[in-house]
Amino acid sequence: MARRAGVILAVVVIAFAYSLPLYMSGFRLFQFTQVCIYAIALMGLNLLTGYNGQFSLGHGAFYAIGAYISAIMMDQWNIPYGWTIPTAGVLCLIVGFLFGRPALRLEGLYLALATFSLALSVPQILKYFEHWTGGSQGLVLSKPKAPWGLKMTEDQWLYLLTLTVTVLMFVFAANLVRSRVGRAMVAIRDNHIAAETMGVDSALYKSLTFGVSAAYTGVAGALSAIAIAYVAPDSFNVFLSVTFLIGIVIGGLASVWGNVLGAMFIQFVPNFAQDISKAAPWAIFGIFLIGFMYAMPYGIAGGIKRIWISHVLSRVSQKQGGEAVSTTQAQSPSR
Amino acid sequence: MSAILEVEKLEAFYGRTQALHGVSFAMEEGGITTVLGANGAGKTTTLRAISAMVRTRGAVRFGGAPIESKATEQIVAMGIAHVPEGRGTFVDLTVEENLRVGMYARRNKRNAARDMERVFEFFPILRQRRKQHAGTLSGGEQQMLAVARALMLGPRLLLLDEPSLGLAPLVVREIFRILRLINQESRVSILLVEQNASLALDLADHVFLLETGRVVLSGTSDVLKKDDAIRRSYLGY
Amino acid sequence: MDTFIQQVLSGLATGGIYASLALALVMIYQATDVVNFAQGEMAMFATYLAWTFMNAGMSYWTAFLLTLTIAFVGGVVIQRVVIRPVENKPILTIVIVTLGLLVILNSMAGWIWTYLQKPFPSPFPREPIRMGTVVLGTHDMGEIAVTLVMLALLFLFFRFTPLGLAMRAAAQNPLSSRLAGIRVSWMLALGWGLAATFGAVAGIMVAPILTLDPNMMGGIQIYAFAAATLGGFGSPVGAVVGGFLVGVVENLVGTYVSFIGTELKLTVALAMIIVVLLVKPSGLFGRTHVRRV
Repeated sequence: MARRAGVILAVVVIAFAYSLPLYMSGFRLFQFTQVCIYAIALMGLNLLTGYNGQFSLGHGAFYAIGAYISAIMMDQWNIPYGWTIPTAGVLCLIVGFLFGRPALRLEGLYLALATFSLALSVPQILKYFEHWTGGSQGLVLSKPKAPWGLKMTEDQWLYLLTLTVTVLMFVFAANLVRSRVGRAMVAIRDNHIAAETMGVDSALYKSLTFGVSAAYTGVAGALSAIAIAYVAPDSFNVFLSVTFLIGIVIGGLASVWGNVLGAMFIQFVPNFAQDISKAAPWAIFGIFLIGFMYAMPYGIAGGIKRIWISHVLSRVSQKQGGEAVSTTQAQSPSR
Repeated sequence: MSAILEVEKLEAFYGRTQALHGVSFAMEEGGITTVLGANGAGKTTTLRAISAMVRTRGAVRFGGAPIESKATEQIVAMGIAHVPEGRGTFVDLTVEENLRVGMYARRNKRNAARDMERVFEFFPILRQRRKQHAGTLSGGEQQMLAVARALMLGPRLLLLDEPSLGLAPLVVREIFRILRLINQESRVSILLVEQNASLALDLADHVFLLETGRVVLSGTSDVLKKDDAIRRSYLGY
Repeated sequence: MDTFIQQVLSGLATGGIYASLALALVMIYQATDVVNFAQGEMAMFATYLAWTFMNAGMSYWTAFLLTLTIAFVGGVVIQRVVIRPVENKPILTIVIVTLGLLVILNSMAGWIWTYLQKPFPSPFPREPIRMGTVVLGTHDMGEIAVTLVMLALLFLFFRFTPLGLAMRAAAQNPLSSRLAGIRVSWMLALGWGLAATFGAVAGIMVAPILTLDPNMMGGIQIYAFAAATLGGFGSPVGAVVGGFLVGVVENLVGTYVSFIGTELKLTVALAMIIVVLLVKPSGLFGRTHVRRV
């Protein structure tokens, strides 16, 4: 019952999303294009961290790789932007998988540190390979026009293109996490030793997850290069990776919907914070971060799920005539 | 003699799951009582409930004073020392540091040095190993350390959770012998949770038997040992 | 040879700063499995307070001690008020809270004291110390001395006082500590207080060199991560040794390897992190954890 409701809701939301260009234009629409791009990137990170339990503080690197692959293909070889998207995805899939192999030896904090260090070095590496990347100046690209003579602005076309890619990738991700592969990923996250004794090839799945996760984020990067029509090393600094992490935790780990919510948070809340206080906007943002974590420690999607579960559970126990025991977390000795 | 511990209609919960369904018993001061039962019967939960390590409903009185709504740290300071399942050794601290942690909440700090001497007399092996890291001790030695640590509190009541777990019978017998000595010399009341029913019955004066969170049998250990029918059906030997 | 000694000692001086901040990080990580991403900003904020006191006419060492006290209290308060509500929640939730704290402190500092760089006094005389042919910066030597004194005090506290023992116990085994009557929650708060104090020391010692501005501690924090990784996040001793090592290596590499300018120095720290993680993730002093399934 919940699944059908979910599907209906998804269809409604997607239909609504497609209708946005009718009453939104220019900058506002561009912001929603950015939301879609972030959502794809967050979905990538969420697959790795939320579903598979591998902490990455370096996904900005894959975003950058995707963006630069797209930019270089368009700039140096004049390849149409459409081809750059899947190319970025495939190349990032390979890079991610290769990266996943040494990462296998690192757990939790140590993986976070390793990915953090990599994220820190991305801008410098990009500046170093000036010949390809255009150095600190970056590469200026041209915004694609709507194809087939369709009568719409560049922003509108970009939005619809991005939205379509987002929907496709989300459908794929949703099916992935519900499949045997998805269950294996979660099993590895929860107890990889036990998972292995059940026949799950932990090493293979972890590397694959890294690959798929990188592919998603790489596609997002490619889309961002196309949409913004500009890439420069300093926009791919460590804050980007941190922003992604914030996005998936606020949205909700191990949730498909959560990534959309998280993307909206990271896109709109900083602007909102600036409206509230010109002097110290990031302080306001920080307060929002902490406030959200107090109110919804499992993210927005997690919070909704819990309300749903406790609502359903309390109705079930009422039916059984038992005394409703108050909702508490699984008992752990409080410090 | 007064009751050192009274438990009335005690219920205990792990999250939503109820583990104890109204346990009631009383313990005389200076006595040794053992709680027996199969795995999952609620023995460990009973001790945890007394120490307020789990959510409870019902009444618990220690020396007449109600403790059911107090925090663990307060209960310990009142004189209840709880040796948990698995011993709870501070493996990265030395033996001596383990003992010093034990006396952190001690009411009467002045006799602490004397008590440490006493503890080394009960467990000479600990004196030998006092500067060693507790993690290097054998299972039996760690159990002795855990009991010693509890004694450093200067407690009136000692809660012991499955001290025989994972130990060779000879070692267990030695520990139980020392427990009786401690009970006689220091007059510490002991509430002992055990799976090894025969050894526990030899040590204890009183018994009660738990089954799925309820007391199903209680009495003196003499009577229960002699009753073949009860022994065979409930205690399995 | 003289240059070598000078660079080593100079490296030890900066290393002392890395060691202090790394120690702060490791103290909190050991007790809570949480990396406090706001540690550097807390240090920066404390340093600004010290600056305010000195500007108001207070003598250096009075301001120093007052700031350390306030930093301690601040650390305790932050743990009780900001961290405790999410104490038992998933690690990433707590991480986001510390990130929020980082951002708030950085922004507030900029708002209160502006982003203009401010000079910060050093309590040590300007005259360099000469030992034979070797010239040593007095501030550097003073830094090393202050760091060592603080570390010695901390060691004595943990080793010989009941409270220090209780804190160590609480960090290692919260469950058994509760059963020993230790209020573990307050031990954590004290840990945060001590960590904040060490952060403040690092900030005050480094401010004269880097000049005071809200983003002062950013680079230091990365070096502190490198130090903690090298020494092992599970080991306070490791963090300290790691800090000194990172400082010395950074200085020697900067001096003797020609193409490493200031830009790439940071990359050296990052490379150290990666190498250590690939070779021995638990660090020089860490122990590989055996996990029960």
